Amino acid sequence: MTTTSGRTNTPATQYKVVGTRPIRHDGADKVTGRARYGLDFNVVGLLHGKILRSPHVHARIKSIDTSAAEKLPGVKAVVTARDFPANPKGQPIDFAEAGADVRVLAENIMAGRVVLYQGHAVAAVAATNEHIAEEALGLIKVEYEVLPALLDVRESMKPDAPLIHEKLTTFFTKDRQGRGENTGVKSNIATHLQFKRGDLATGFKEAHVVVEREFTTSMVHQGYIEPYVSTGQWGKDGRITVWTSTQNPFGIRASTAAILGVPESTVKVVSMEIGGGFGGKQPAYLDPVAAMLSKKSGRPVKIVMTRKEVFDSTGPASGSYLRCKIGATKDGRITAAELYLAYEAGAFPGSPIAGGAMSSFGPYKVENMMVEGYDVVVNKPKVQAYRAPGQPQTNFAVESVVDELAQKLGIDPLEFRIKNATDEGDLMPSGMVFPPMGLKQLEEAMKNHDHYKTPLTGPNRGRGIAVGYRFNGGGVSSATINVNDDGTVALVTGSVDIGGTRTSVAMQAAEVLGLRAEDVTPTVVDTDSIGWTGTTAGSRVTFDTGLAAITTAEEVKRLMIARAAKIWEVPPAEVAFKDGVFTSLKNPNDKLTFKQLAARLRATGGPVTASAINGSTGVGPIFAGNIIDVEVDPETGKVQILRCTAFMDAGKAVHPSYVEGQLQGGTAQGIGWALNEEYFLTKEGGMANSTFLDYRMPTALDLPLIDTVLIEVPNPRHPFGLRGVGEVPIVPPPAALANAIARATGARLTKLPMKPGTIWEAVEAHKAATKTKK
Amino acid sequence: MADKVRVQSTINEETVDFLCEPRQSLLETLRDVLGMTGTKEGCNDGNCGACTVIIDGRMVTSCLVLGVEASGKKIETIEGVSQPDHLHPIQQAFLEGAALQCGICTPGFIMASKALLQVEPKPSEERIRLWLAGNLCRCTGYDKIVRSVQSAATKMSGERR
Ligand code: FES
Ligand code: FES
Repeated sequence: MTTTSGRTNTPATQYKVVGTRPIRHDGADKVTGRARYGLDFNVVGLLHGKILRSPHVHARIKSIDTSAAEKLPGVKAVVTARDFPANPKGQPIDFAEAGADVRVLAENIMAGRVVLYQGHAVAAVAATNEHIAEEALGLIKVEYEVLPALLDVRESMKPDAPLIHEKLTTFFTKDRQGRGENTGVKSNIATHLQFKRGDLATGFKEAHVVVEREFTTSMVHQGYIEPYVSTGQWGKDGRITVWTSTQNPFGIRASTAAILGVPESTVKVVSMEIGGGFGGKQPAYLDPVAAMLSKKSGRPVKIVMTRKEVFDSTGPASGSYLRCKIGATKDGRITAAELYLAYEAGAFPGSPIAGGAMSSFGPYKVENMMVEGYDVVVNKPKVQAYRAPGQPQTNFAVESVVDELAQKLGIDPLEFRIKNATDEGDLMPSGMVFPPMGLKQLEEAMKNHDHYKTPLTGPNRGRGIAVGYRFNGGGVSSATINVNDDGTVALVTGSVDIGGTRTSVAMQAAEVLGLRAEDVTPTVVDTDSIGWTGTTAGSRVTFDTGLAAITTAEEVKRLMIARAAKIWEVPPAEVAFKDGVFTSLKNPNDKLTFKQLAARLRATGGPVTASAINGSTGVGPIFAGNIIDVEVDPETGKVQILRCTAFMDAGKAVHPSYVEGQLQGGTAQGIGWALNEEYFLTKEGGMANSTFLDYRMPTALDLPLIDTVLIEVPNPRHPFGLRGVGEVPIVPPPAALANAIARATGARLTKLPMKPGTIWEAVEAHKAATKTKK
Repeated sequence: MADKVRVQSTINEETVDFLCEPRQSLLETLRDVLGMTGTKEGCNDGNCGACTVIIDGRMVTSCLVLGVEASGKKIETIEGVSQPDHLHPIQQAFLEGAALQCGICTPGFIMASKALLQVEPKPSEERIRLWLAGNLCRCTGYDKIVRSVQSAATKMSGERR
């Protein structure tokens, strides 16, 4: 059973709409195939684009000859890096955790002199159909000089490693905002980050037990089912239109304009429905290329990536090397904690070390602490955000060591966590102070849950737990509300709906206006039709765009009150609005429902419409936890999940079904990351398993039902108490599974993915080691 | 470029004539030739199930079938599942059970579930998971999909009685 239970501190306020489960507004379109995704866009005269990509992981481009391709009948345009402006400039672009400068974006979408990873684009073709475009790619001759490749983060960090970027020097920062200084040292390390407090040596001296381990995790992909797609049209008036599936329409506008060297205002991005993103669908890989092919051919051009291109050429999540050391006293108090993390950035700087470092020891009170992170370039695709960027990796290390420490101390792992849990007023690893949060309530709910209380019996079985933390950054959103004559309202936003946020935002406007969810019609519009809106990422849409919708609805309320006041000839202060009814305080018989007043708007001064921007500088902290039971087959090393319960402090679940959905979906992705998924490299260093057959994402058969428990400790930063629920669920599963496997077999797994062979080897090694000890 | 071939088949109970290239897949034919974009593309190599349609009662990934192979066949796609005035019980169950987030996998899951319930009106959870193992969903973790198929099955067998 999916349960929504364990509610603690439930606010006295009873909401009418928030917390209910209406049918989502875009639901009928999505179950009937009518919804239009990026791939479904079509227009008369459409050409099809294809991109030629490097077969090498690192090579100098000596020459590109496109003449034969240009002559193929049906080919209308061919472009290479030479067709794009030489030194693109522009503002840094808002990609939530994954900022990047324009020069890097431009080089990443079309290589100039060097290719830096397998799949790096070198040329593109537009033709009358996809098959001709593909044939044309085969006619382009590229001469490469293969260069030595760096594929491992530790190799790349060595002082004598060849430099991937000649000019790259290490930036050093101790600051959570990323302020710091450039060391001037040439290296493949782009950034060195350090969070430090107290005194480690003293802390470890105080400890009775210390556990230290090294961990590695493989590069993994977001695995959204809809591939990257974009259609670009460069109009004869110089205006560019892009139809695409993206989390970040305004970011696509900014980067497309910057890469093409045109003013941002000449680019319009029309967001189509999006088939998954998980952080990965934010950069403009295709849009500027489609636009440039359109400029050259004079026709609109659509480019769709193949699945291989998605794996090879779009940003996955960093592979990593980590080292974690934690000490505690006999009675289970943590005295010191140290974490070292080195993340693969891929071909260009920008891995989420800050995210990993900031969350690392978040669930623990630690006086003496040091976290050191390194952002390292390697010859792999440039990484992108993936759901709680950088955090599953550090959580895997920290929660594994915490578990082992509790085990060595003979303390129940949940008791150990509760004993050391942070609370409001404590410090985050970054030095910020925790606002009100539900970690203790979450851990208590785990402890009191039937799953935890029911003993697990049987051979080769084990139960693992883990707790994950994320701090969500927030951003700005715009909203417009138009009141219709029939008493419904239209809600317009620029936040792409990736998993039901049209509805969760509309519900908040409905709550303010005393309407039903279905009386609000939410629409997501293009970048010309709404104020600037930040990306759909960072668990921020229901929160920030919700805030914008609330502010806008408050303004609509104010305007409606003024109108009622005008009709009744009283001052607005003498009109009350409650439960969808306007009442004159002077003459309580003067009453108008929202619907009745809406019908009179046009005759009494014109329609009511309002726009507002709002948003936050921080959605705030959020915690999730897992209890997972596994059985490990000792013959094969295969893990079967017997039972899985996922917990989260949602603050307030606006639409509980979709909050549960985030928790279940994130847990499933975390399980895939833990057990199956990896970039398996060929000898040359390219990805060998770039299909859904070989890149093993969990299927329905691999997973159990995922029970959910939502705890609701209201977030004071939001009027309804919400937290950002999208990302944190992916954080705890890898450690919870590693801990379950350790309890089942005695072997500590320190390498992701924990695939059968890896587990089998670890179990055999553990057996051999225990034998020699005896 | 090879000459286009004339094909006649029954799509969602209507006789349809179309021209397609011999190298075009059925998925491409449905989407690009016939403009029926409800059937989705996720991988184009048979491994995601987003393009699932039913051909002569059997569940098939349309990216692995050629358009010309549709000749003389009865094809069901997502566009034909609902009635003019109401959704199919599986579609309704998916909505009520919140079985979709981004929704790109949804048409494929609905077609696969429909094919399952046609042959097995009351499948177990295990059976549903096995049957749907060829359809990838990256958003939901499958929990709500499996439960929605179960609830549709219950409703449909009630209706049949
Ligand atoms: S598109 Fe046919 S199985 Fe993926
Ligand atoms: S709902 Fe997004 S892939 Fe299934």
